[in-house]
Amino acid sequence: MDFVTAPDKSTPDVTTSRVLSYDTDTVAAGKRIKRSHSHIWAENVFQRVLVVIAVAIIALLLCIVLTLIVQSVPSLKSSGIQYLWGKVWDPVQNIYGAFPFLLGTLLTSMLALIISIPFSFAVAIILGEYYPKGWLPNLLKNTVELIAAVPSVIYGFWGLAVLVPIVRSLESKIGVQPAGVGIFSASLILAVMIIPYSASLGRSMIQMVPAHLKEAAYSLGATRWEVIKMVVFPYVKSGLFAGILLSFGRAIGETMAVTMVIGNTSLIPKSIFAPGNTMASVIANEFTEADHPVYLSALIELGLVLFVVTLVINMIGKSIIKRFTQD
Amino acid sequence: MEAPIKFRIGKSKFFEGFSVVLAGLCVVPLIAILIYIIQAGASKINWHFLTSIPKPVGESGGGIANALLGSMIIIGVASIIAIPIGILCGVYLSENRSSKLAYWTRLCVDVLQGVPSIVIGIIAYFWLVKPFGTFSAFSGSLALAIMMLPIVIRSTEETLKLLPDSLREASYALAMPFHRMILKVIIPCGISGILSGVMLSVARIAGETAPLLFTAFGNPYMAMDIRKPMQTLPLLIFNYATSPYNDWHDLAWGASMILLVWVLLLNIFTKLITRKWKVVL
Repeated sequence: MDFVTAPDKSTPDVTTSRVLSYDTDTVAAGKRIKRSHSHIWAENVFQRVLVVIAVAIIALLLCIVLTLIVQSVPSLKSSGIQYLWGKVWDPVQNIYGAFPFLLGTLLTSMLALIISIPFSFAVAIILGEYYPKGWLPNLLKNTVELIAAVPSVIYGFWGLAVLVPIVRSLESKIGVQPAGVGIFSASLILAVMIIPYSASLGRSMIQMVPAHLKEAAYSLGATRWEVIKMVVFPYVKSGLFAGILLSFGRAIGETMAVTMVIGNTSLIPKSIFAPGNTMASVIANEFTEADHPVYLSALIELGLVLFVVTLVINMIGKSIIKRFTQD
Repeated sequence: MEAPIKFRIGKSKFFEGFSVVLAGLCVVPLIAILIYIIQAGASKINWHFLTSIPKPVGESGGGIANALLGSMIIIGVASIIAIPIGILCGVYLSENRSSKLAYWTRLCVDVLQGVPSIVIGIIAYFWLVKPFGTFSAFSGSLALAIMMLPIVIRSTEETLKLLPDSLREASYALAMPFHRMILKVIIPCGISGILSGVMLSVARIAGETAPLLFTAFGNPYMAMDIRKPMQTLPLLIFNYATSPYNDWHDLAWGASMILLVWVLLLNIFTKLITRKWKVVL
């Protein structure tokens, strides 16, 4: 209010008309000042809201970590560090050892990676080096990206209906127990699902190779394959490795498709054709059945392990990519 | 000298052909899945399928109306939670590029993006299901919202970063306050990128099952109350696909086809938008 009345005092001797006109002026000025006041106020509020939201995102992550840790305390207390290499998972007798699931996760993810690498590299080379332009490569690029869009439960259902019988007949041909479901089927499905991640990363890395390096090699008489082998690959080695790491992280956390085709037993898998379980599939299967607090907590500890492992893998992968793109 | 050169050229040609074949093979699973699901699902879909709820085991017929409605409600609520927060956070990150808080927030968004979906399901269970003593659609929405956030934040930030500073300076020169500059100039200019990020995130969560397993839980009946368990398309597919009944498998195939077509259309539509408006995501 002080602001509004202030100009009034500084104007002496006013005629009626002056008063009138001055009054409207004061009102306008007052409004303007008020408005800019409210602007400043709104601006401050807005800035503060932005900061609060940014802090809230950090808090969200911290709360997630905290919840996982707090909820796994009962299991940590009862089995301690033994948990990680205990070979028996028997909820009835309250024995919780996560080793079969760690092994199952590692086996399925590694196998999936090995199967998918030739394909994703091929896509990366085709799109990044051989045919970077044109409608057919563009179609290939979009189709490969759509592979990542298909919901994982649909991969699981399709795997159950189509892939498992094929694997079963394959298994009876090579003379192992024909279960159909098992680590091998899960790896096949996973391999399909992770192709897009390493392929698209690899493509963008390969496109970043400086043209003068390639041209130098061509001018020395190198063939296209030799350029790819001796110039492109060495240049993008670390980037490709990061892409593999990131798709590995993807594969470890994948739940539904794996749960549906892996067979779900808590025994240590004897071969890659045996049924097994991954960390994510155990949680998905047994979480709602866990009637004992320690049982539930043991499952959450699995979740915590899963979280930490994917976190470490993702961070390493991303830092490699960051270094690569900054160079 | 002649032979080795021919050999080298041949080798080069061979590897080119080899990678073309391998790359072509990548497309095969997607095509196979599409064809198989359309074959198995298309015949099941009719008006009755879309408007009635599943029948008990033994009775044929029935539909997926409850799952369709449930999916829409849960995704809708998740969007209401995640989109405003995500866009505002993206605005903060793009306006404060070098502040310490922005660095940490960006790191957290990165981490959040990598968290396995099943872990987010566990979190939502402990935050909303256990305290209230019942599975609920809202807890499912919260889990999906957490999964949407990183995608919305990232796409908003990347889009707004590309806007020229002259836009901001021009608004300041006209004495525009900060909030109006953001709301009236910056966000409208980047709306295409923000929108495609939002659509991408919806497409991503539309097919998510793992976070809903112990939050929305599923429900064989029609449910509208977000405080109660609710059926969604992915949950229905999972539950019916792993059941031993053929009738239920048929329902699951029909539902798979609807889900697949929906998700793929969303993705393709997003791609068309990004190409039309030249958005970089």
